[in-house]
Amino acid sequence: MRVRAIPGFGLSIGVALTWVSLIVLVPLLALAVKPWELGVAGVIRSLSEDRVLASLALSFGTAALAGLASLPIGLLLAYAIVRLRFLGRRILDGMVDLPFALPTAVAGIALTALFAPNGWLGAPLQAWFGWKVAFTPAGIVVALVFVALPFIVRTVEPVLRDLGRDAEEAAATLGATRPQALARVVLPALAPALVSGFGLGFARAVGEYGSVIFIAGNMPMVSEIAPLLIVIRLEQFDYAGAAAVGLAMLLLAFAVLLGLSLVQRGLRRGRA
Amino acid sequence: MTVEAERITRRFGDAAALDGVDLAVREGELVALLGPSGSGKTTLLRVIAGLEGTDAGRLRIAGQDMAGVPARERGIGVVFQHYALFRHMKVADNIAFGLDVRPRATRPDRAAIADRVAALLDLVQIPELAQRYPDQLSGGQRQRVALARALAIEPRLLLLDEPFGALDALVRRDVRRWVRGLQERLGITTILVTHDQEEAMEMADRVAVMERGRIVQFDAPAALLEHPATPFVAGFIGDAAQLPCRIAGGVAHFDPLPIAPLPVSLADGPGTAFLRPAELLAEPGGSAVVRLLRPQGGGELHLVVEAAGQVLDARAAPGTRLARGDACHLVPRGGRVFPGAT
Repeated sequence: MRVRAIPGFGLSIGVALTWVSLIVLVPLLALAVKPWELGVAGVIRSLSEDRVLASLALSFGTAALAGLASLPIGLLLAYAIVRLRFLGRRILDGMVDLPFALPTAVAGIALTALFAPNGWLGAPLQAWFGWKVAFTPAGIVVALVFVALPFIVRTVEPVLRDLGRDAEEAAATLGATRPQALARVVLPALAPALVSGFGLGFARAVGEYGSVIFIAGNMPMVSEIAPLLIVIRLEQFDYAGAAAVGLAMLLLAFAVLLGLSLVQRGLRRGRA
Repeated sequence: MTVEAERITRRFGDAAALDGVDLAVREGELVALLGPSGSGKTTLLRVIAGLEGTDAGRLRIAGQDMAGVPARERGIGVVFQHYALFRHMKVADNIAFGLDVRPRATRPDRAAIADRVAALLDLVQIPELAQRYPDQLSGGQRQRVALARALAIEPRLLLLDEPFGALDALVRRDVRRWVRGLQERLGITTILVTHDQEEAMEMADRVAVMERGRIVQFDAPAALLEHPATPFVAGFIGDAAQLPCRIAGGVAHFDPLPIAPLPVSLADGPGTAFLRPAELLAEPGGSAVVRLLRPQGGGELHLVVEAAGQVLDARAAPGTRLARGDACHLVPRGGRVFPGAT
């Protein structure tokens, strides 16, 4: 019998494989198989409907925008939590995770009330700038930033903590100005974490449903997200059509995340 | 480049990390700040670098007052304790950093920077590592990169914060001799922070011994050994054993310890003696017992002796017949005695 230094190999591998199979692989396999009931031509026809294409573009576009918008905000939040000492820092630290705990529908309703044309923020935005946020794609981005932000903060935070002040101080003694130290030392060191935070936030935003359907207005071709379209097809008993949209989302998301992980590998070159 | 610190004080809350420090470093000198942890030596180094503010006192470098001059304008090379290399940059880019960030008007062109980096890599003897990343280097190699990076800005002053602390003992001795040679060749004024007295004594022209935020003595290594200014220095330098004694008629008596009396020029009363291993000669016969012995080349013996419950390091002259478990007594060949008990 082979001797292993780390115990529990059988148990942990067994549980891991069972869990992955039951919760991830089997449902995904079903999703991958189901659409083909329509036949290849049927799947293509089902996916090439204008309404489907518009919803996919909207879902992925707004998720990407929300991820990008969350990057600077999340970075600043992480910086404040790690580097600065101020009253209420712990409270801020705790509040970052609230979107994880809050039912997304509650967040959606709250954001809708806030940004509606008669809401606290919606009314002045419309009066001063003529911006309409709720019931437009802009509203979707707002809701998605809400769910994506914690992912960025929590992935950047430990890396920033680990970076320490040493590197920034070294840059200063070598003659770098503050902006130079940030641009050449801090940001490049954080880049891999920012990319992976963006990936997590983006993935979460693509699949977000609960908060978006309240604020989006859900107009076909304009503000109807792909997950909503799946629900609509399910309600019409078009299971295969719903699965086709689901499969398309899965493949697109996988491609994006794979691309991000390649980018991240490039950024991490040479680092242990 | 001279450094003059006058009455520098730095408080963290109620505790004074620096409590009125005076220090004057001469052009081209290598000065070691030596002291136990918490004595303020790293804080003093950071104040000189401009990374730490002061609550009182004045700092002049090359005669110029440093008040309000930020770290990046001081032109001081700093090697940090853990090197603080930029992990996302290749070795060559790390070294070039100080030149790359200069404003356009004073920045050398690309080719000149590359030449300078190559010259520095040769200087620190790692030309083959230019394209590596810091994580791919050994501790000694990282240290050389940190040194080259600090030297790239042609600093007027070099500050080294425990630069050999992260190296293993064997590498350490070689590297510090090499660094000392390099410093002499470049003639650059250098301040070194260390808690290792062997390192300070071997490398420095003068050593500033720090205790609780103050410099208690600033002298050449030999002078520190011969004439320690305070009991703290006498105890800290040279591995001396601290022993209570009684002074009477110009002689220090150590009884009940089996140590022969030592002539001193102090008034009668209690005293505290600091005796180094090389100053305690063991001779056969007496109430002390040899516990361990280690033969040295040339017939000399290093001994560990137990006497009246105390464990002491001592020496035995060549030809002395002593073995483990033998009885012996000790004869001091020298030592420093301070008045008063501790």
